[in-house]
Amino acid sequence: MNEFFQLLLSGVTVGFIYALVGMGFTVIYNSSGIINFAQGEFVMAGGMSAVFLLKWGIPFWLAFLLAIIITAFLGVVLYKLIDMSKEHSVISMIILTLGYSIALRGLAEVVFDKELHTLPSFVGDGTFSIYGATLTYQALLVMITSVIIVISLYLFFNKTKTGKAMLALSDNKDSAKLMGVDINKILMLNFIISAVIAGIGGLLLAPITSTNYEIGIMLGLKGFSAAVIGGLSKPFGAVVGGLLLGILESLVAGYISSEYKDAVAFVALLGILFFMPGGIFSNLKAKRV
Amino acid sequence: MLKKISIAGLCILSIFSFTLNAGTIKIGAIVASTGPASFIGDPELKTLKLYVKKINDNGGVNGDKIKLIAYDTGANPRKAVSFVKRLISQDKVVAIIGPSTTGETMAIIPFVQRAKIPLLSMGGGIPIIKPVKKWVFKIVATDTMACKKIMAHMKKKGIRKIGMISGSGGFGKSMRKQCKDVAGEYGIKILADETYGKKDADMTSQLIKIKNTKGIQAVLNPGFGQGPAIVTKNYRQLNIPYPLYESHGVASKKYIEIAGKAAEGVIVVAPPVVVADKLSDDNPIKKVCVAYTKEYKNAYHTDIASFGGHAYDSLYAIVDAVKKEHSTDPKKIRDGLESLKNFVGIDGVVNMSPKDHLGLDTKTGLVLLKVKNGNWSVIEE
Repeated sequence: MNEFFQLLLSGVTVGFIYALVGMGFTVIYNSSGIINFAQGEFVMAGGMSAVFLLKWGIPFWLAFLLAIIITAFLGVVLYKLIDMSKEHSVISMIILTLGYSIALRGLAEVVFDKELHTLPSFVGDGTFSIYGATLTYQALLVMITSVIIVISLYLFFNKTKTGKAMLALSDNKDSAKLMGVDINKILMLNFIISAVIAGIGGLLLAPITSTNYEIGIMLGLKGFSAAVIGGLSKPFGAVVGGLLLGILESLVAGYISSEYKDAVAFVALLGILFFMPGGIFSNLKAKRV
Repeated sequence: MLKKISIAGLCILSIFSFTLNAGTIKIGAIVASTGPASFIGDPELKTLKLYVKKINDNGGVNGDKIKLIAYDTGANPRKAVSFVKRLISQDKVVAIIGPSTTGETMAIIPFVQRAKIPLLSMGGGIPIIKPVKKWVFKIVATDTMACKKIMAHMKKKGIRKIGMISGSGGFGKSMRKQCKDVAGEYGIKILADETYGKKDADMTSQLIKIKNTKGIQAVLNPGFGQGPAIVTKNYRQLNIPYPLYESHGVASKKYIEIAGKAAEGVIVVAPPVVVADKLSDDNPIKKVCVAYTKEYKNAYHTDIASFGGHAYDSLYAIVDAVKKEHSTDPKKIRDGLESLKNFVGIDGVVNMSPKDHLGLDTKTGLVLLKVKNGNWSVIEE
């Protein structure tokens, strides 16, 4: 029982890491229909810029703030690039984000370096135990932050005018435009929000997973899987998706074999894409053409 | 008029380049200075550049200057193959250093064998030099040597039953296999054998399994990159009471920096250069290790990574062979490499023979370290 609980808890820890990255995907997808493959690189940019700002002698909190601003700026640049190519199809825009991710990786390699780095944890390196299972404070912070972000996004989308405009945009672009929604501004805001979430993720995850110029590949892939399981359009879905993925991986590694951990996770992902193409929260059946 | 000038210019240039080539020794290098193995390839390339310049500034080898032609593979074997072809047929090098990884090396061996160009690989795997291939050498401690070093220590401490948690990348996979193969020689049983992927953010599930396996006395973690640092953190988080052994894949200060307090007490098998200044004075390689550590730091303002030492040894082994044979003919260089005796390098004292193209022994090639107060300390044997 104790073993199960510890496995579950470690699954939940990993799940929230995936969720934190996955939420960023949903925000951009929701408004523009684009899957932003540079999302993992935003996370990397947040972590790596904080590492180097600290190294250059900038105080803790200012460095973290600047790192988030830098990430937000990268989000704006991506939006501008996509805006420039808006007469093209969604597919070419998705390819554009893929190119942007490679560019960011290369840039980080040159501007920063190729080595591994870590960030000081906000809450110390301590651990605590619940029912005999141990958890680090940093992991707890990741969980709390993810929950706060989900709630804030929910409130923002449902209670504020700008948020509602975003939802309207995702619902029907043309009617939203006719109703006086400034599409460009709203879209840009989406990219900024998504990048800021990623930036925060980068800061929180660096003490756990450590960071380097290509950490975005790993985080992006798992985050994307989490978002897809959750249906891609709801931040809350990404959290549930991340948790499912994390717990599944942990239980497989603990009870079956760590060799099959990734395979089982990917089979689950394929299964969901096959039988529930709209994610676990959708009753959408596969469309037959 | 313009045509005449340009033709004249071309002639002059070609004469110039001809005279330039007359006194040069062309050495090719294939390194993974970017991509997933960049932390190996980057210090290797930096070391090669630094010491080629140093050798040339001091008058070259037998009066000839070295010309280094380096290509970056990004750890991709297919690129390594196309670069080795280019080095052989277009650049016409007399010897090749690299590639950085075992996989790439295995891919290019047929080409250097056919072209009869000596190759000094920097990969860690045993298949590179076993069975012996006429044109292939390496001065890098193998995974088996690392396993033996660790297991000899375990045996001495009375540890008979261990758990393993290995990275699933090339390095972890290879070392996991070698360690399992030699464990029997030391009477050690592997009771738990777990793996983790390079992309994993948390290894507690695997460690819980090891923790709950009855009878385990120590845990061994072959792997490199961020994986072992996460393993170390999770290991302490779960309060696993047994000693933790790490491989030479983490033998750099970076590991202590990233794992932080969790690294305290971890035992790491490492190339001696990592602790150059802490080696005993009668160790023959101390002088060259200390000098290398200093010169590298002066040039690049970062700490050395042990991988750079492979490049240093390979370069100087070629220089040694050229000097000894008074020739830059690839065949003569090969003969010179094969008869290398008492060559003091960073990775140890090298004695090659027609039967042994590695020439290193466990004694000088590796040391055991323990992390103490955020720094390495050498374990006396």
